Amino acid sequence: MNTTVVAPAHAEPRDFLCREEAHPHSGTLLGFWLYLMSDCFIFAALFACNAVLGTNVAGGPSARDVFDLPGLAVNTALLLFSSVTFGFAMLEMARRHKRAMLGWLAVSGMLAAAFVGLEIHEFATMIAEGAGPGRSAFLSSFFTLVGTHGLHVTVGIIWLIVLMVQMGKHGLTEANRRRLMCLSMFWHFLDLVWVGVFSYVYLVGVLR
Amino acid sequence: MPDRPAIWNFLLGRLSLSSLPLDNTIVVWTFVAVALGGAAVVGAITYHRQWGYLWNEWFTSVDHKKLGVMYMVLATVMLFRGFADAMLMRSQQAIAFGSNLGYLPPHHYDQIFTAHGAIMIFFVAMAYIAGFMNFVMPLQIGARDVAFPFLNNFSFWLTVAGVVLFMASLFIGDFSHAGWLGMPPVSELRQSPGPGVDYYIWGLQLSGLGTLLTGINFVVTVIKMRAPGMTLMKMPMFTWTTLCTSGLIVVTFPILTATLFLLSLDRYIGTHFFTNGFGGNVMMYVNLIWVWGHPEVYILILPMFGLYSEIVATFSSKRLFGYSSMVYATASIMLLSYLVWLHHFFTMGSGADVNSFFALTTMMISIPTGVKIFNWLFTMYRGRVRFTVPMLWTMGFLFTFTIGGMTGVMLAVAPADFLLHNSLFLVAHFHNVIIGGVVFGVFAGINYWFPKAFGFRLDEFWGKLSFWFWQIGFWVAFGPLYVLGLMGVTRRLSHFTDPSLQIWFIVAAFGAFLILLGILSFVMQIVVSIRRRDELAVGNDPWGGRTLEWSTSSPPPPYNFAFIPRVHERDAWTDMKKHGYQRPLEGFNAIHMPKNTAAGMLLAGLGTVFGFAMVWYIWWLAVLSFVALLAAAITHTFNYDRDGHLDAEEVARFEHTGNWAPKAQGTTA
Repeated sequence: MNTTVVAPAHAEPRDFLCREEAHPHSGTLLGFWLYLMSDCFIFAALFACNAVLGTNVAGGPSARDVFDLPGLAVNTALLLFSSVTFGFAMLEMARRHKRAMLGWLAVSGMLAAAFVGLEIHEFATMIAEGAGPGRSAFLSSFFTLVGTHGLHVTVGIIWLIVLMVQMGKHGLTEANRRRLMCLSMFWHFLDLVWVGVFSYVYLVGVLR
Repeated sequence: MPDRPAIWNFLLGRLSLSSLPLDNTIVVWTFVAVALGGAAVVGAITYHRQWGYLWNEWFTSVDHKKLGVMYMVLATVMLFRGFADAMLMRSQQAIAFGSNLGYLPPHHYDQIFTAHGAIMIFFVAMAYIAGFMNFVMPLQIGARDVAFPFLNNFSFWLTVAGVVLFMASLFIGDFSHAGWLGMPPVSELRQSPGPGVDYYIWGLQLSGLGTLLTGINFVVTVIKMRAPGMTLMKMPMFTWTTLCTSGLIVVTFPILTATLFLLSLDRYIGTHFFTNGFGGNVMMYVNLIWVWGHPEVYILILPMFGLYSEIVATFSSKRLFGYSSMVYATASIMLLSYLVWLHHFFTMGSGADVNSFFALTTMMISIPTGVKIFNWLFTMYRGRVRFTVPMLWTMGFLFTFTIGGMTGVMLAVAPADFLLHNSLFLVAHFHNVIIGGVVFGVFAGINYWFPKAFGFRLDEFWGKLSFWFWQIGFWVAFGPLYVLGLMGVTRRLSHFTDPSLQIWFIVAAFGAFLILLGILSFVMQIVVSIRRRDELAVGNDPWGGRTLEWSTSSPPPPYNFAFIPRVHERDAWTDMKKHGYQRPLEGFNAIHMPKNTAAGMLLAGLGTVFGFAMVWYIWWLAVLSFVALLAAAITHTFNYDRDGHLDAEEVARFEHTGNWAPKAQGTTA
């Protein structure tokens, strides 16, 4: 059978080609969103561990003994406000106000840095009291879940600094705006995860 | 830490001369063979001055077709490694009876079955499907490349990084002996203080990240980059299965990452997730790893289902029977695969209700799978079936996989599983579906798409020989294991006491030998075909294909399509042929192309160094390589100049010459 012989054209002619070069839409935002969803599954696994192991205190301190809820309120407020200020930065980006945008980004970064600082302080205090990650399965799951979130925030801060430098250098180019959109999604995503950490690990933790 | 001056412990961590397995003659001879072979390859490349070519055309390439081919080569090399492990195990079990202890001590035997399983899944099967999806999917949807060409290159090199760590464990230190899933408490520090489990963890973390990036990349590619007119229900079946598999990768591989991360925390900083004491819960690991592990086997088989669909339709010269039901079957398998993980440990003792739920969901998967089998049969029914090599493999699959599926349903019956759990029956079952499904698919696909990739067909004689050796060898090797499993023989044993079992193991070893002949025939097929490439040269459409990859030249130009196709019907290329499509020879435009980059190799290389340093507790090197990794990644983002253009004259040159050679036009099987 000779497959490249043209068959008789018994149907009306069709246009099978795009004569002009198309410019496909960038898939970066969708791709990044997919990455965030995959990251969500990492957190899901860590939450599941906390759910299963959260009461396995092995004779050591329980959630009620180690959690400092007033400190947690301050911490949570810092992170949630940094999301609000990041929103302001995005609005300034839309208005093409570079200086104001950089200003709000700096504020967001500092709020997040304060959050990480407080978290490190909390961890150090707990470890000093003998409630470190190796004490019990409950504490292992607590330190890992909260620490993984904190690590994400830290990466977010590094990314923020890099992007601020790139914005300063190259301005609000299309590539830079796309990157800031991604970071913005990342930032709000971490906020959302923190709402889960805050309500499940801490609040439910002290109740159960 | 070894007993020596502190400075050495600082510099080398726990690595020392005694880490080299010089007392193990098998490993030493393997090392000598690998070293000589490696030196010969490096020498040949240097002698023929091919390093520049390899570097510019392959290693730094972001072209999905080249990356696809590199995945295939990597997977084939690892198939040899994984199969060598299989031969060791089969020969050990055939002789180790009574007073004969065989030639593999248990400690070594345990590493071999661990390496065999992990390598076959992660670096053979996964690398093959990544290769097929890379090479075929963008061509099928009429795209120029994938959505993120650089990430694609980076993913490949991350896979290589995992391979490097796995292979290094053969000669420096030892490998995990905790089974292919690294089950605690055996994989915990107390029971496995050596570097083996750490090699396993870091190898899989690196390659797992690569797989995740591939998954994201391909989902975006299929969603965003299809040719105009190709709606979802007009996508080729292989593209559909690529989409579903990539989606599964995105939602499961993070769980593998998290699980191995928790295990490494247990091993490195002394947490208690999966330990026996301090509230740790071993079954938490088993649950998590199978939440990844069960979808993983569907990640492997779904692309093969797509591939068989293409082959059956092409060689029956008919459109695929029941396309829509095939799509829905694929999607429901994708969803159901997430709801069955507990059937891997019915014996956990979770109670009748939980076991019933998972037994039912498991049995339910056989419904969409059955739909698929019937669709393939009905596609062949009253078709003009051509019994080419790809078609032979496909028919071998239909026969073998269906039986494997049925033994799977037997295992899904929870009470029966209490008897069959961890037996050789299980081993026979999953080889039945993975060899019968994935490996047969790999060879079907290689024979089917090889002409597209290289412009010449593979030799038929050696291809058929390879098929028959594999097909018969498979049943001779695994039939006895079904019998042994039903008799109650458990898996992972290096020595037996009951002499009446030996004959079954000898038959199984003979089967493995037949499979060896199948693999050697495949190697011969490649060698013979390369030598006869002028006679075997073909045009763009050697099989009478139906989908868009057959509309471009063999091999395709770097940009795939001079003009992006416009799709009107399901089998787009068949439609084009039916309407008397003529390929344009002028009016070309300049084409936007991403530039090559060495960044992927550099980042993955640093990742390998980091993994190695972590395995051997060389903390300074771990910190250094991690900081370097971060710095290199950030520096990479400062490079905004990533694209170039291929101007219209160059496109015209590709379209007028070279791979569109007229002498080959119309060659067919």
